[in-house]
Amino acid sequence: MIRYVLKRTLSLVISLAVASVVIFLVIEVAPGDPAAFMLGLNAQPDTVAALRTELGLDMSNPERYLAWVGGMLTGDFGTSYTYRTPVGEMIADRLWVSLPLALYALALSTLIAFPAGIYAAARRGKPGDMAVMGATQLGVAVPNFWFAMMLVLILSINLRWFSAGGFPGWEVGIFPAMKALTLPAIALALPQAAILARVMRSSLIDILGEDFMRTARAKGLTRRQALWRHGVRNALIPVLTIMGLQFSFLLAGGIIIEQVFFLPGLGRLIFQAISARDLIVVESVVMLLVFSVVLVNFLVDLTYAAVDPRLRNRT
Amino acid sequence: MNLLQIVNLNLQIGSLPILRDVSFSIAPGEIVAVTGESGSGKSMTALAVMQLLPDRAQVTGRILLGETDLTKVGEARMCALRGNEVGMVFQEPMTALNPVKTIGAQVAETILVHGNEDRATAMTRARDMLARVGLPEERFPLTRYPHELSGGQRQRVVIAMAIARRPRLLIADEPTTALDVTTQAQILTLLKDLVAEFGMGLLMITHDLAVVSDLADRIVVMRHGEVVETGETRALFANMTHPYTRALFEASAHIVDLPETKHAPDPILEVREAVRDYPLPRTTLFGPREYHRAVKGVSFTIRKGDRIGLVGESGCGKSTLTRAILGLERLQGGEIRAFGKPVGPGMNPALRSGLQVVFQDPYGSFNPRHKVSRIVTEPYHLIDNAPTGKAREAAVSEALTAVGLQPSDARKYIHEFSGGQRQRIAIARALIIRPELIIFDEAVSALDVSIRAQILDLIADLSRAYSLSYLFISHDLSVVRTITDRVMVMQDGEIVEEGETGRVFGDPQHPYTRTLVAAAPILPDVRHLKEALNVQS
Repeated sequence: MIRYVLKRTLSLVISLAVASVVIFLVIEVAPGDPAAFMLGLNAQPDTVAALRTELGLDMSNPERYLAWVGGMLTGDFGTSYTYRTPVGEMIADRLWVSLPLALYALALSTLIAFPAGIYAAARRGKPGDMAVMGATQLGVAVPNFWFAMMLVLILSINLRWFSAGGFPGWEVGIFPAMKALTLPAIALALPQAAILARVMRSSLIDILGEDFMRTARAKGLTRRQALWRHGVRNALIPVLTIMGLQFSFLLAGGIIIEQVFFLPGLGRLIFQAISARDLIVVESVVMLLVFSVVLVNFLVDLTYAAVDPRLRNRT
Repeated sequence: MNLLQIVNLNLQIGSLPILRDVSFSIAPGEIVAVTGESGSGKSMTALAVMQLLPDRAQVTGRILLGETDLTKVGEARMCALRGNEVGMVFQEPMTALNPVKTIGAQVAETILVHGNEDRATAMTRARDMLARVGLPEERFPLTRYPHELSGGQRQRVVIAMAIARRPRLLIADEPTTALDVTTQAQILTLLKDLVAEFGMGLLMITHDLAVVSDLADRIVVMRHGEVVETGETRALFANMTHPYTRALFEASAHIVDLPETKHAPDPILEVREAVRDYPLPRTTLFGPREYHRAVKGVSFTIRKGDRIGLVGESGCGKSTLTRAILGLERLQGGEIRAFGKPVGPGMNPALRSGLQVVFQDPYGSFNPRHKVSRIVTEPYHLIDNAPTGKAREAAVSEALTAVGLQPSDARKYIHEFSGGQRQRIAIARALIIRPELIIFDEAVSALDVSIRAQILDLIADLSRAYSLSYLFISHDLSVVRTITDRVMVMQDGEIVEEGETGRVFGDPQHPYTRTLVAAAPILPDVRHLKEALNVQS
């Protein structure tokens, strides 16, 4: 088990190193001079050159790469070209919105999907299963921003239970802040829950057909006992994989939802940075997202091993 | 007083009749074997006793366990009976255990689900039960997971689970079919001992008459969902009143009429000091990788006209060797030459056309979207001047006719054929380009005995018509005995004994061959049985 964790950790470090090189090459070596862009079309060449020196753009590529990575390792993400504020602070601000939102949405989606998927699998082919499958079909098909608008229309504008958008900040207290995140979290969670419920159902149906489920019944377990004691844990592996992918998406992929609810999240930050050619911000956010994806995969790998003993002493 | 009495049991799934008027009984301490070929309804009979039938099954008749009619008691009561009064052991030990729970927890679960024992008591009883079935705690701690055990050991765990509450009746559905002969012998002995020790009744489902003859007190022969004959084991074998029982017996003991062949001195296949390694999972991050040597320097030569068998238990390296001979995998040492040229992954297709193979699984080894004509002509890809048009059709017709099918079958799809017919098609595919050597890789192992006998006869007939040379790989000694002239016995990556087939099996020299021959179940000698019964009466 310890060896497995060490191996996964090593693979995590290697993935990050490779990703940082790729991101640096793609973004920094791509054409387009941020200094010229920031100063506009009529800038004097010597002004541009001065800004290039200030931004560190005149160093060689390896030097800039090392400076960038070294900075990130010490917590210094550089200074935004356009806002002239430390990138680290900008990202931290946004992360305080996006990370709780993603976790909130993931929790909701799990809470909906697990019972729905297990219920449908246990009643395969019966009306209950068909109802769940119909609902998830709808959940997969309808885009999350439509859910978002409906939620705003009904719960904010008509019933006035929630505010229609914006984020008051964590200073006002956990409860009001969470309340502000509730509608976006629901809108993000519904389509994810639909997918997750379908994965849970089909995975569990596969497991229910396994020989060891029949063995469990032959021991005298009821259908329900066999399902919970022997089925669910075995069905978790594909479900965990999907959850890992979904979390990475939720962290930055909620850009439309952030727009709908006026949330200052990571998605909007990266969108603005790309429009303004603020390469240092783009680089850092992308690196952060890569880091989160790799980290989540690492955690999913560890959970696999916790769930399935067969994986513990494998390569 | 009967322990189990099945009276006029009828079973229908949807509109499909599965069982018709099945009646038999089991007394306490008695071993009753239900035997028959696939589709005879023997497994469904067992599942009917457990009341674990598919949802759409409709049952009439009575299944009496003591005084209780199991068809009437309802699911809640049935859950209390299953595992407690009736235990069941299944065919596939590799998949019958939950992979994510320890063996201790799984055996203890049977105890916990029925009784009021606390966890610690249940674990103690699980440990005793595992020790009783031959898995003592010193060597097999309760914290082991199923994947850490071999097939035979897993089957012991399944048995421990089934008998943990000392049920009155044990049902074993093909409990040894997936196991090697030596393991099979051990498990059968274990079951027999447990029955005697606990005074249980044992309902044993098996297709193997030889296994039955050794073990059962009484035999029930089934066909197409009906009981055709039943009786005390020795009397049944001595008399065999029903023609189907006789046919089954004869097919099981089938001896083919293998023609003499003309041997030629030129070798077709030469295997010299062949070594095949598999990398093992890394144990250290940067240390050298370790390897498992699956084939350890094997050498033999096949000449034209040779019909050679290769026997050994699972894991002995015979499949690995087969893949190397077919040029599918690279050797780590030694060499394999076919017709004087080296065999390997990059070999010339023309060379491949001289080596054809028939695999075990008649269901998995065809593309379901291809017609038979296309399947059979697949090897033509290997040769440059493959016939086209009329000549190709004629070749397909000839190949299909040779294996006992109709030329018109060429236009059908594979799902229209039974398992035995599919194996004929596989042979037609191997035969169509007249290979110098055919490799039969467990080619009859998945077939019922009567179909198996037909395919063996077919191989003998083809041997006569085309003077085949083949390598026949099997775990089944009785088949290899009748279909080959010479045999090689493989153990642990090495060929431990080789020689003329009759001699090797009749007078084995190597201890391992002796173990194999001794463990293989044999059919009773009918004449001997009759005399013995006459003397008694």
